[in-house]
Amino acid sequence: MLSYDFKWSILWTDPYGSWMLEGIWITIKLGLICWFIALILGTLIGTLRVTPWKPFRLFATGYTEIFRDVPLLVQLFFWYFAAPRILPHTWEMYLYKGIPNSEFWIVVVGLSLYTSSRVAEHIRAGMQSISDDQYNAALSTGFTQFQTYRYVIIPYAIRLVIPPLTTECLTVFKNTSLAMTVAVLETTFMSQQVEAYTFHGIEATTGACVVYMVITLVVVMIMGLVEKRLAVPGLITRR
Amino acid sequence: MGTFDWRVIYDNFPFLMQGLLTTVELAVIGITGGLLLGVLVGMARLSSRKIIYYPATLFVNFFRSLPLLLVIFWFYFLVPLLAGRPMGDFFSASVAFIIFEASYFAEIIRAGIQSISKEQMQAGYSTGFTYGQTMRYIIVPQALRNMVPSLLTQAVVVFQDTSLAYVIGVKEFLRSASIVDAREMRSLELYAFIGVIYFVFCFTMSKMSKRLEAKKGFAK
Repeated sequence: MLSYDFKWSILWTDPYGSWMLEGIWITIKLGLICWFIALILGTLIGTLRVTPWKPFRLFATGYTEIFRDVPLLVQLFFWYFAAPRILPHTWEMYLYKGIPNSEFWIVVVGLSLYTSSRVAEHIRAGMQSISDDQYNAALSTGFTQFQTYRYVIIPYAIRLVIPPLTTECLTVFKNTSLAMTVAVLETTFMSQQVEAYTFHGIEATTGACVVYMVITLVVVMIMGLVEKRLAVPGLITRR
Repeated sequence: MGTFDWRVIYDNFPFLMQGLLTTVELAVIGITGGLLLGVLVGMARLSSRKIIYYPATLFVNFFRSLPLLLVIFWFYFLVPLLAGRPMGDFFSASVAFIIFEASYFAEIIRAGIQSISKEQMQAGYSTGFTYGQTMRYIIVPQALRNMVPSLLTQAVVVFQDTSLAYVIGVKEFLRSASIVDAREMRSLELYAFIGVIYFVFCFTMSKMSKRLEAKKGFAK
């Protein structure tokens, strides 16, 4: 075994400590924005997958299959390196140079689309578990199709799928680490930058690990509260 | 906007396929290694002995709360330290994949074993089998068959996850495309191409798992 000189103080001494803090802030920002967009988009796509209209269903199925079956990193590279090439040259230049933090927003696009397809799968499963009677009952009270989904099916389905959505929310925060590959300065990127300056890779990476574990714990706690709050009365739920 | 030039794929085809081969190798190592370790950890998660249960639970929850990217970096720094000499990026990545994916496989296997009824276990004991024999000959084979759809889904995930080995410089599919891109400046064609190949692989595998799911129920 090689001797290794542990020096944990690199995690809080200047400037490395403030780098890590900046990274944590970006990780949280990125995770929250992507989660918000993915939840809305995923609910929409998931609903389209169970509607009675075939073109909508086909579109939604294609959407989920494409975004689920290509690795996230490849998708990020596609949005970052390849997709801007389709734009006219002046737009492409504007995207890279005119927009501050363009790489951050490109990751927001990639990660939101990817996560929305996974959210859509959970929403679909939730909706399919709701019996047809609910749907028919809503229609028979005079609701339109849209109202039925808006007021009966979707609220019910979302409450049913909160546990898998919790897992998905954790996955979003873990997946934000991939943003480092396109130079978004989030936690993982910063930890590797600390490594590059200090050669203390194990400490820096362990520090980042602790950050993600704390985020995981906080998300699990919040979602646990949400789950209790929104539990459907009469179903088996966790106490 | 430049015109499309798909020749770049044709010209660099052998190099790209070498990358794809590395990806497949990593995936096979990750799936078999992760599955073997996962079976052990999954069984340990069901143990009534605390000294076995707690470490296994800690292992699973620890790795499931971390991003794979960090785990890869971590082993990249840790493996040479433990081995006492540089081991190369492919080896470090393999270790990271086996350990990380094992924590996910373990949860699938635990759920699978729990889906087998208790009577099977008692029947095993009553024929004179030991715990190990009952597990080996009765429970695990049935549980594995029940778990095939979930395991296949996880295998797809492992296959996609191998792309993360990019970050420590393993020349897998994505890395080889980005190497070609750095020279040829044909991002659109290259990333579209590897996206399609990944899609074909993963789509076929997930369709297979869906079909198996429809047929399941042979061991309850």
